[in-house]
Amino acid sequence: MIWNEGIECASREKIEAIQLERLRSTVENCYNNVPHYKKKLDAAGVKPGDFKTLADITKIPFTEKDDLRANYPYKLFAVPMKDVVRIHASSGTTGKPTVVGYTQNDLDMWAEVVARLACAAGATSEDIAQISFGYTLFTGAFGLHYGLEKLGATIIPISGGNTDRQINVMEDFGTTLLVSTPSYALYLAEVAKKKGIDTKKLPLKIGMFGGEGHTEQMRAQIEKELDIIATENYGLSEIIGPGTSGECTVKDGMHIAEDHFYCEIVDKDTLEPVPYGEPGEMVITSLSKEALPILRYRTKDITWLIPEKCKCGRTSMRMAKIQGRTDDMLIIRGVNVFPSQIEGVLLDVEGIGPHYEIIVKKDGVMDKIEVMVELVDASLLESFSALEEIEKKIKHDLFTILNISADVHLAEPESLKRFEGKAQRVTDLR
Amino acid sequence: MIKQLSVFIENKKGRLAKITGVLADAGIDLIALSIADTTNFGIMRGIVKDPDKAVNILKENGFTASLAEVFVVEVPDEPGGLSNVLQLLDEADVSIEYLYSFVFAQNENALILFRVEDIDGAVAKLKQNGVKLLTADDIY
Repeated sequence: MIWNEGIECASREKIEAIQLERLRSTVENCYNNVPHYKKKLDAAGVKPGDFKTLADITKIPFTEKDDLRANYPYKLFAVPMKDVVRIHASSGTTGKPTVVGYTQNDLDMWAEVVARLACAAGATSEDIAQISFGYTLFTGAFGLHYGLEKLGATIIPISGGNTDRQINVMEDFGTTLLVSTPSYALYLAEVAKKKGIDTKKLPLKIGMFGGEGHTEQMRAQIEKELDIIATENYGLSEIIGPGTSGECTVKDGMHIAEDHFYCEIVDKDTLEPVPYGEPGEMVITSLSKEALPILRYRTKDITWLIPEKCKCGRTSMRMAKIQGRTDDMLIIRGVNVFPSQIEGVLLDVEGIGPHYEIIVKKDGVMDKIEVMVELVDASLLESFSALEEIEKKIKHDLFTILNISADVHLAEPESLKRFEGKAQRVTDLR
Repeated sequence: MIKQLSVFIENKKGRLAKITGVLADAGIDLIALSIADTTNFGIMRGIVKDPDKAVNILKENGFTASLAEVFVVEVPDEPGGLSNVLQLLDEADVSIEYLYSFVFAQNENALILFRVEDIDGAVAKLKQNGVKLLTADDIY
């Protein structure tokens, strides 16, 4: 089934006409209501009236995560706070989160685009959807929640964690659709098996996975272990959250909600547009958002666009799986982590040296992060508890900033790698 | 007072051999040795001849090492020998950070090394009660 056939199966001309009209009003809104954008557009010599074709979008300067940080928390909002009905946030590069806001219309649009991708993933109003993302400042849980509700599915807002309970609920409530990170889905399957549950006999039939990417091998494993169709969806809070794009059951690229998000692919070095099918950094412009309109946001995600009509019948532009990042951001259990955040925590702890190493690996199917630091303060040796206290403090501070728990290891001085050029402090073994 | 050497050791193969190797190359004799560990790291503690030289040489070789003041008591090697000392320390309200025992070829009694919070208070209490404390000369 197709949720919004008029848009999802529209001709290129129709979509581009909608995009151009909405691009103009978005630029106008940004120019008139957000001082940051006015300044940038003026500096680039661009006026809201300058947009004759969609290709003119390249005249607009890029927006980056740093711009959101510099305007923390609300200065990029284009509407007064009385019209903002929801706030979400994601981790920023230096510990300060990037804050995003939504008007009621934004929330309605969000629910619409998520309903589309849920429908594309095979969900219907018959489904019982267990949402195992944390109901927090992160956009994942709420985004899927309202979209699936709009579709008419029954929502189980169980939130993240407590795996035993997740499995009990899945069995007892007859969950048919699971929303989680792909690695958590595998973990659930693993734990359920250990409890003697035949996961293939559960009523579960659809997985809608996001927050982190997964390989085709991992998808195949999830589908086999749980006997479901596993689909992936993509989004980032700066743009809307989940809902930017998602796979249909053909599983050949993620359909973009093109009437609300304009996606470009640019060369990762020159930042010039590349032809369809060529990989590069994805840049997204919101076309209808009110609270936080965003112009040419550099996602740092590497992918390419697929313009051909999909076997499912949708004509909407698709994007390939994310191939990697242009920066050093790590995704750990669905949470965005920048090594600089970890560095910030470590530099504030006394008794340890400035060098560190981060090792990311899989513990079974779950991501695990290990942080190694050098112990330099010899006076701590007289008390075992002082050393354990340091490990605990680092762990606690990392949790406060990152919202994930890390294993902390104290190492001997000068035992960690030293770098002459660009430091390679992260070893990703996944 | 007796100086004890403490060295931080990562829980990795070969680290203790490296430390003892550094000490051996410098001609430093190990008299007593104790190791405490968690899953991630350990602390080697011990009495060595020439502790100042030992700590410097270890630091030069990239180890985190320090010296701490401890005292060593000699107790009869029979039931209740240690218990008596611990009771005295408890009476004096002295908290013990750690202790370990070792033997010494020239001595048939048990030797117990103590690291406590209030070392002066502990030593005074033990002396009053006739407990034999070793001096640096006895050991080095």
